[in-house]
Amino acid sequence: MRNIRIIAKREIVGYFITPLAYIFIVIFLALIGAFPFYIGRFFTNGQASLESFFAYHPWLYLILVPAVAMRLWAEERKTGSIEILMTLPVSTTEAVLGKFLAAWGFIGIALSLTFPMWITVNVLGDPDNGVILAGYLGSFLMAGAFLAIGSCISALTKNQVIAFIVAVTVCFLFTMSGLELVLNFFQAWAPELLVRTVASMSFLTHFTAIMKGVIELRDLVFFASLIAFWLFVNIVVIDLKKGS
Amino acid sequence: MMTEKIALKGLTKRFGPLLAVDDISMSIASGEVLGFLGPNGAGKSTTMRMLAGFIEPTSGTAEICGFDVTRHPVEVKRRIGYLPEGAPAYGDMTAESYLGFIAEVRGFDGLEKRRRIDDVVDKVNLGEVLRQPIETLSKGFKRRVGLAQAMIHDPEILIMDEPTDGLDPNQKHQVRDLIREMSADKAIIISTHILEEVEAVCSRAVIIANGRLLVDGTPEDLLARSPDHNAVVLTVDAAQEDAVRKALKGLEAVKGIKKTKAENDTVQLRIRPRKSSLIAVKVADVIRARKIPVRGMFVDRGGLDEVFRKITVDDKPGGEGDA
Repeated sequence: MRNIRIIAKREIVGYFITPLAYIFIVIFLALIGAFPFYIGRFFTNGQASLESFFAYHPWLYLILVPAVAMRLWAEERKTGSIEILMTLPVSTTEAVLGKFLAAWGFIGIALSLTFPMWITVNVLGDPDNGVILAGYLGSFLMAGAFLAIGSCISALTKNQVIAFIVAVTVCFLFTMSGLELVLNFFQAWAPELLVRTVASMSFLTHFTAIMKGVIELRDLVFFASLIAFWLFVNIVVIDLKKGS
Repeated sequence: MMTEKIALKGLTKRFGPLLAVDDISMSIASGEVLGFLGPNGAGKSTTMRMLAGFIEPTSGTAEICGFDVTRHPVEVKRRIGYLPEGAPAYGDMTAESYLGFIAEVRGFDGLEKRRRIDDVVDKVNLGEVLRQPIETLSKGFKRRVGLAQAMIHDPEILIMDEPTDGLDPNQKHQVRDLIREMSADKAIIISTHILEEVEAVCSRAVIIANGRLLVDGTPEDLLARSPDHNAVVLTVDAAQEDAVRKALKGLEAVKGIKKTKAENDTVQLRIRPRKSSLIAVKVADVIRARKIPVRGMFVDRGGLDEVFRKITVDDKPGGEGDA
């Protein structure tokens, strides 16, 4: 635990001593604030809820989370600092978790800075704050899942651009897998079970459920197990590839 | 007291078809400074990386203070200070916060952490750049940050891949003094291309090429392999050259005489002994008996460069890759 904390602390401090953290937060807030107003008709739909706000999170995360994740391991490999990190008395698991938690926490900070939206709906109307809290929880969990995918892919390459593009693609497939576009492709030939499996992998389906205020265990388990799975692969990849 | 700290047991590493390290076995005791020599791509860094627990051996193993590198990697890493090749670091951190991070991972907090940092900073002279980002530092300072990082927990074992690379002569001298100072109660492995460094700091020298251990001995043992070891270098007037050659003809211990320099009416003659025997006294006696005027005379120790070249070039096996 101690090692995870120390590694996470170093990472977080690392975000804020470079312009990266500030640029990310500004752009994140600008986009996450603009979408509901310009596209989501936040004011004109006459509802005191943040549904139109949360609806855009998957699409925003699709680009921004891989941007945070791409440097996690690719940069360590590129600069050779991985040789320092992996010869310190820490296990690979601790290193992977420390880095992941730092990045997740950082995204959490950015997400929590959207609190003026919450204040706004409370001033304008009388929203169900439980639903809003569920929305934030779902959004944060989904960001974690995107991040775990991105972290794992970052461990596969020295090149951050490759890490970014591949991570966006994989995240896109996970996001879209519940939509007709993807499902139609499978329905033509695949057995019903496979179609249902693909559909069940959809971030959108699970996120929408939580966002509506229906916190079901299986949606939470879905994101948690997805994070666990990708981080496990991440650890295996680091152990196999760190020396090459 | 000589206690075994590092033991390599048939250590082998393969990268695909390339055999990088080929069945190396040896042991290193506390108090020893082992110099790892070899051409580029010989397997020095790969061996050190396996000892430091960064990569795993394909077969064979190594034990650090009794702990197996593959089975107890964290215990091993606790006891080692490691400076990787090129001294990588987190470039956007300042030297101070970087060392703070290393100290924390090594288990130091609060005052003890502060004391450890001050101590190593003082040892490697980092004070003036402590608050600068590491990536803005000169090569010499970066290397010293790497050294500080490796020494911060006062490890029983130090493994340093080219510790003086990129340092100026004064800094090199400083680092060598530091290594000598620390060597009393540690087992130290350094790799280097600079052969004079081996003579200066190492109590033992190992040459590897193509992943195989070729020579293991003291630097003096290595020097003794030089054909010039204990050769007598004589400077006389050019007119006396024949007289010298004639005088030495009778000496059984002399293997041959070679003219190495001729300028301003003087010549320099290198008199090589048979089997590195000490011939200086005999040569001096003969020369004095013949009353040949001598302008200069000294005993050559031979050069490690020459020995190194002889060993590593002669040993090229056919067909092996030498990446």
